[in-house]
Amino acid sequence: MRLLPLIASAVATVGLVAVLNTQLPSGTSKTPKLGYFLSPQHGFWKNAEKVDAGFDASIVAGELKGKVDVYMDDRLVPHIYADHDEDAYFVQGYLHAKFRLWQMDFQTRVASGRLSEIAGADKLSIDRFFRRLGMVYGAEKTEQYINESNPVMKATVDAYTAGVNAYIKQLSPEDLPLEYKLMNYQPEEWTPKKTYLFLMFMSYDLTGRSATADLQLTNTRDYLGFDLFDKLFTNQQDSLDPIIPKGTAFAKPSIVPLKPINSDSAYLKKQVQILVNGKVSASPEAPDKNNGSNNWAVSGSKTKSGRPILCSDPHLGLNLPSLWYEVQITTPTHSTYGASFPGSPAVIIGFNDSLAWGVTNAGRDVLDYYELKFKDSTQKEYWFNGAWQATTTRQEIIKVKDSADVVENIAMTHWGPAMFDKFYQNPQSKGRNLAVKWTGHTASTGVETFYKLNRAKNFDDYLAAISLWKCPGQNFVFASKSGDIAIKQQGSFVARWDRQGDFIMPGQDSSYDWQGMIPNDENPMIKNPERGFVSSANQKSVDPSYPYYLGTASSFPLYRGISVNKRLRTMNQISAEDMQHLQTDNYNVFAEVARPALMKFIELNKLSPNAQRMVKEMTNWNLYNNGNEKGITVFKMIWDSVEDAVWGDELAGSAIPLTKPESFVLLDQMNKDSNYIVADDIRTKGKVETLKEQVNLGVENATKKLLELEKEGKLEWSLFKATRVSHLTKIPALSRLNLPIGGGVNIINATSEAHGPSWRMVVHMTDEIEAYGLYPGGQSGNPGSPYYDSFVDYWAAGKYYRLLFLPKEKLVAHERTKWHIQFNKA
Amino acid sequence: MKNISSEHLKFIVSILLSALLGYAVGIYGNLPWYSFVVTNIIIAILIDQKPSKSFMSGALGIGLLWFGLAFIIDNQNHHILSVKVAQILPLKGSFVALISVTTIVGFLIGGLASLTGSFVRKS
Repeated sequence: MRLLPLIASAVATVGLVAVLNTQLPSGTSKTPKLGYFLSPQHGFWKNAEKVDAGFDASIVAGELKGKVDVYMDDRLVPHIYADHDEDAYFVQGYLHAKFRLWQMDFQTRVASGRLSEIAGADKLSIDRFFRRLGMVYGAEKTEQYINESNPVMKATVDAYTAGVNAYIKQLSPEDLPLEYKLMNYQPEEWTPKKTYLFLMFMSYDLTGRSATADLQLTNTRDYLGFDLFDKLFTNQQDSLDPIIPKGTAFAKPSIVPLKPINSDSAYLKKQVQILVNGKVSASPEAPDKNNGSNNWAVSGSKTKSGRPILCSDPHLGLNLPSLWYEVQITTPTHSTYGASFPGSPAVIIGFNDSLAWGVTNAGRDVLDYYELKFKDSTQKEYWFNGAWQATTTRQEIIKVKDSADVVENIAMTHWGPAMFDKFYQNPQSKGRNLAVKWTGHTASTGVETFYKLNRAKNFDDYLAAISLWKCPGQNFVFASKSGDIAIKQQGSFVARWDRQGDFIMPGQDSSYDWQGMIPNDENPMIKNPERGFVSSANQKSVDPSYPYYLGTASSFPLYRGISVNKRLRTMNQISAEDMQHLQTDNYNVFAEVARPALMKFIELNKLSPNAQRMVKEMTNWNLYNNGNEKGITVFKMIWDSVEDAVWGDELAGSAIPLTKPESFVLLDQMNKDSNYIVADDIRTKGKVETLKEQVNLGVENATKKLLELEKEGKLEWSLFKATRVSHLTKIPALSRLNLPIGGGVNIINATSEAHGPSWRMVVHMTDEIEAYGLYPGGQSGNPGSPYYDSFVDYWAAGKYYRLLFLPKEKLVAHERTKWHIQFNKA
Repeated sequence: MKNISSEHLKFIVSILLSALLGYAVGIYGNLPWYSFVVTNIIIAILIDQKPSKSFMSGALGIGLLWFGLAFIIDNQNHHILSVKVAQILPLKGSFVALISVTTIVGFLIGGLASLTGSFVRKS
């Protein structure tokens, strides 16, 4: 009788549970398992932290050698006091995992080509790119090298790994970070290899642009011909203010790289023959061109206190959770404070009780492509130095969610992995077989540089620490309490001949090979210069008298360096507050030169009334990229439109996107040659456009767009620019959008749309160090925590926190110290 | 009269038991989120009620449990997370809507489970 209703209600119950326990399709992605996700005892509600939650805890871990006390301050920065160095790294790993586990997992998944495993076939093209570039290959080499030859670093990374895993092991399912619940997967054990993979990702982020740029430049050169290319992509930067002051004498080079005799025909002007057409796959977005940074140090001669001040602000993609995590580490061997990477032990940018250091990207070209000739489609042999050489095969297995594994069989050659071949092509590779050679593939103990910097006492220690650094090449700035300042560009750099590696190189013999690596002592360095400051802002480090080629000018932004040096030259009696103002300065030195150059060509009375009004808006502008200015928006739109008018025609008509020339090329031409030949629109036959016509055309074109913006109320710079700090998954609800902040490209405050100062630090080397800093994020990676984005508004407003760097007794008693986490052996 | 009050008592005890046991099997996150289905079925088998009453007591037990937990958590969190999740789901960023959806899911599954239990008893 009652059987039918029983079956009906049982089916309804089971059915509803089943549906709510499944990831349902939603657009291109999938929903979480909704029942699980909504369950207040299992799902996202468990991640909603009490706003007044405490963080006191007592943790027992058998891996420890002794006792560790961690005090959390009011910004949730941990101050780790450990009796043993390894214990400190164990606890750093534990805390990174406690506050940033998902991020650590996600970033290393990206680096190792394992996104498809959690996100499905959608992400396969990104995974294939990173696998074939040799990210895992490089990390494996580093791991092997450290395991075999560096017991101290091995012990350090092992202790860190054990700390991460101790947290993962005690993590109960309902406390999984939100993102695991959203995407429905589980954390896995941390390994030392993941630490090296994370560092590989930083190498890619800071030197990997060549992996895209070299192909684009090759195609652009093929399209334009070398002569026109060389005009548009000149490496001559008239206004360069290099890191090492112009006129500094360099030592005689120990390597004189020889340009192959056939390079004019076989390399620079080579007509590329398309061999086969492989499957075309999309590549991930190339690393941001503006991945750069500012750093500088002023000597005591220029400060109020008579002690040096050091500043560092790395410009990177702005993400939540942030790339950075603040920490103090104090052990009997050292005491250090600064920004660390969740994923790696030690402090990366910071200071200790003797000195401070910071980094900017060197921008040097350390990644090249070599074109291969395979004997046949098996790719078992390739032609090299007059004979067929055998390849070996590296297998990379990509697991794909809800789908079969994808296997990459990569031919390994003298040069490195054959990244592009018949199995893998992108629109820019155009059917070529290309091997990639990259210093990122070299085994290195990069983490040791930071380990030693954390403990360095003086200039010599600093030099010894950074001498180990290989990739990505950085400008290491330095200042000590004892009064020294210095900057050195350090990395494993190729001794290049002019334009070597700008384009794809012939790979059939060794004549195009790297002829040596520049010895460390020939890397650009300057200590205690007369002018009383050292600085870098990703510009070329040296003038053309330096004996080695650095790479294409497009890798070296010009204007931030000019701005920084101009200001530092005139500043005296400097305080830490003055340095904060300089770090957040919005002056536009590019516009200072470019606006009068434009005005030279603009014929105001011939313009439409609206265009005239816009030009007036631009000329009335105070040259500061402040958030509330409209003039900068007008200037930017006009400049971009003029660039389009001048060389859009040269680049139009190509089926694949080509590289756009740098702004300085046009600006330099406007200032010295008003009959610039490239101004002519080559599409209009029988008519020669002058630069004047093109500039005025550009103004009219820009005006159309500006009127649109005006209608939308988006003429104010911060509204137009709409700076955001995006969650790593780009989910808008977990991001901070439309921040009220000025700055931009070419500005010391290098805040553009999704990119900018990712950690601002000012360190005054007084007896008790006076340090300030913050990053646009928060110490907790949990979107349900009040500490998730707690620094963002302060950062946007250009404010700073005083950093607490104190010995244990003083910190314990400090009013800003809030919580105590004890770690005991048993 | 006596009968009616015992009906009331059964109803209220069912609601309370369903909420209590539902909460208990949820404490350990290792058990699946739908474990309360089993406890609701058992309660409905043991406590004899009309199917409609069984449904309502199971639905109210889990619905109120989920509502209460979500409400308390959300208030202690000052809506930081609920506002974000309510944009992802998408519920226009409304924490009220999110708590309502949470409550309805608990209510429906809790009710269906108890209904099933009462039919088991009757058959």
